[in-house]
Amino acid sequence: MRFLPNKTSKGMIMKVRVHVMLKDGVLDPQGEAVRHALGALGFDGVGSVRQGKVIEMDLADGTSEETVAEMCEKLLANTVIESYRIEVL
Amino acid sequence: MKAAVIVFPGSNCDRDLAVAFEQAGLQVQMVWHKDTDLPTGIDLVGIPGGFSFGDYLRCGAIAANAPIVNAVKAHVERGGYALGICNGFQVLTETGLLPGALLRNAGLKYICRTVGLRAEGASVFTEGYGRDTEIALPIAHHDGNYFADEATLDMLEADDRVAFRYTDNPNGSARDIAGVLSANRRVLGMMPHPERASEAAHGNEDGARLFAHLAGALTAA
Repeated sequence: MRFLPNKTSKGMIMKVRVHVMLKDGVLDPQGEAVRHALGALGFDGVGSVRQGKVIEMDLADGTSEETVAEMCEKLLANTVIESYRIEVL
Repeated sequence: MKAAVIVFPGSNCDRDLAVAFEQAGLQVQMVWHKDTDLPTGIDLVGIPGGFSFGDYLRCGAIAANAPIVNAVKAHVERGGYALGICNGFQVLTETGLLPGALLRNAGLKYICRTVGLRAEGASVFTEGYGRDTEIALPIAHHDGNYFADEATLDMLEADDRVAFRYTDNPNGSARDIAGVLSANRRVLGMMPHPERASEAAHGNEDGARLFAHLAGALTAA
């Protein structure tokens, strides 16, 4: 989902949040361990848990989504195993 | 024959690897990650184990973008040899010089023990053992669970690029893969540590055969 940059930030910076998740089909043993722990705490009906990363960045206002995607491709995500989603706050 | 060992902040097997190279008869120079060039005349680049940059973001991800890496890529593109062990294997996959990725161990535990391996894919790294020879080497990793998509795994097997397989898979690696070769067979990435089993005092010398054969093959080349 896209939001317009926050006007109250005086136009100096934009905040971008990148969500990095293991791709579907890639085993996530950490998510599995969390699922088991939730079950042990008595939470029923937890079907599946996937654990990922959230990376928040302050970027110069007007930084294009293409540039953020390039950051993801080159460093923030390993696209062999991970997918990413860019959210402009 | 000359070898370089790349040193990142957090590398901790760099000196062990240098000693193993020297004992095999190679001249070794340590190269800091901020350098932009390898010393002249380097035949082999060693990327050591450890926790480069504290494993921040992903194991090997920050190291894969260090200044020296462009020189390592150029070395490999020229047909130079490279050996990445443990974190070095993770760095090689992050640079794209080797396919796949290393995920968290399936059992979630850091594993530090000696495991059985079978030498396979033809290369200067494995010929010292002979195909299908079983050896034992130590592993010490939290993220050694080799992953690649099915098509890549099929391609690696069809091209005989699986250098080593676990005889009893400790970490969930796809098709028991412990080490993979580049298409030209001159780059090897492996999770087990041959440099930690390369002299009598280590209690295991299976790793020394890898270095001895490698040094011999480079000298003959």
